[in-house]
Amino acid sequence: MKYNLKYSRFGERSILIEWPQFIDENMLQDILNFKKCIQKLYIEQKVEIINTYNSILISCEFTIENINDEMLHLSSLYSGLNIGDILETRLWEIPVCYNDDFGFDLEAMSIAKSLSKAEIIKRHSEQIYTVFFIGFLPGFLYLGGLDESLHFNRKSTPNLDIKKGAVGIGGNQTGIYPKNSPGGWHIIGQSPIDFFDINSDNPCFAKAGDKVKFQPVSRAIYDEILSEVKSNSFQLKSRIYD
Amino acid sequence: MIKVLKSGLLSSIQDLGRFSYREFGVPFSGAMDSFSFEMANALLGNTKDDAALEMTMIGAKLQFLVSTQLVITGADMSPTINGRKVFNNQVTTVAEGDILSFGSLKNGLRTYLGVKGGIKTDVVLGSRSFYDGITKINAIREGDMLRIEASIINNHSKQGYSKLKPHDFSLNLIEAFKGPEYDLLSSEQKEKLKIGEFEISNLYDRMAYQLTPNLENDLPSILTGPVLSGTVQLTPSGRLIVLMRDCQTTGGYPRVLQLTERAINLLSQKKERDKVSFVLRKD
Repeated sequence: MKYNLKYSRFGERSILIEWPQFIDENMLQDILNFKKCIQKLYIEQKVEIINTYNSILISCEFTIENINDEMLHLSSLYSGLNIGDILETRLWEIPVCYNDDFGFDLEAMSIAKSLSKAEIIKRHSEQIYTVFFIGFLPGFLYLGGLDESLHFNRKSTPNLDIKKGAVGIGGNQTGIYPKNSPGGWHIIGQSPIDFFDINSDNPCFAKAGDKVKFQPVSRAIYDEILSEVKSNSFQLKSRIYD
Repeated sequence: MIKVLKSGLLSSIQDLGRFSYREFGVPFSGAMDSFSFEMANALLGNTKDDAALEMTMIGAKLQFLVSTQLVITGADMSPTINGRKVFNNQVTTVAEGDILSFGSLKNGLRTYLGVKGGIKTDVVLGSRSFYDGITKINAIREGDMLRIEASIINNHSKQGYSKLKPHDFSLNLIEAFKGPEYDLLSSEQKEKLKIGEFEISNLYDRMAYQLTPNLENDLPSILTGPVLSGTVQLTPSGRLIVLMRDCQTTGGYPRVLQLTERAINLLSQKKERDKVSFVLRKD
């Protein structure tokens, strides 16, 4: 399906392309398909292309000359775009320890939702989530697909000291904090793995369009993985997803 | 090497920033006032992206352990070398052991120290720009050693001149394009943005400048979307937040204006209680 896109100038150096304002996996495929095509178009130039739920932002290092012509060109490119280019996606299995040592807000959430802790963990870890994009902090995955029964409004006062690896729920979103940070989400578990590696040219393993599943692990396994991560011997499990 | 004797208030190594890692959530960073930064490199005959030291409000005290040539641009912090007054925007030669200090801030906010060949701190993800969590530190500290290469002193270039003129920090007109959500504003809000005068609040740093007074506002948040340095966000409480070089890659507040690069550079030289007005670009 083709969408009605809006092309606009975003300052001197960027072009913003917008899809309708909602979150949808089919629309994400369309966005990523077009993104790939734009990447090919600008392969010879130093251009940065990012996507969010409903946008693509194209940024250049310097002023874009003839920005209107450029937008017209992009628009005709989209019209001629073939649907069905399937992009390879990977499913990443993220170990999470939902123990009371880490799931500080599980108790409160269990009471508020009238669900047992075990049921919350089950519903959270059964789901396959889609990575819509990475933003907010280096390595923070915006995930779609949280079970509706787990939607839970953010805390009114943010916690100033959320630990790297904390798994949280905020509104209709779930995610993992890639570094220590303040945040208003309810913390239900902890992952031992790194989501961002400054020493790699590909600093985050996942990309927009990939899938994520949380694998519950015991405290003992958590500690084991953590020491493997620290000694660089941990291999994150993943497979092609279709 | 340069030895840091005093760090100043917030002094960090910056270049033109980190390009092409935003899809991993990594901010651009880079010199806040890129014009003054580039001017230092131009005067020294460096490449455009050679790293410099960005100092904020209170300058550092630095000892040069090798001879080199330097240029100070941006805000005037009354620089001296071994107690002798030197001037901004001029190439100056320093000898091994010379001490560069800064005194009172005469104008602007941020000063750049460029040296011949640039400051060679570690490159992380394509840039030397300091950013917490990407580089090991986000500001230089007393005792740090900053790597530079010795430069052969050329007697003829003790004082370099150039046709480049520094920009005027006293200007208060901030040029902006309409932002993606500009059209959602009420006509009263548009009018206030156009004719209003705004003051820089006490919340201003490399990540964002918050302005006062607030606008009356009932616009809700938007679906999280891309933001840039120079994006002016309007929060549900009516606060205008101008994002700067270290801002996050995405945000959920309506993006009502987008500053030009010149305007970002100018705003970078503003501090608490300075006043600014927006000028809307037609295109």
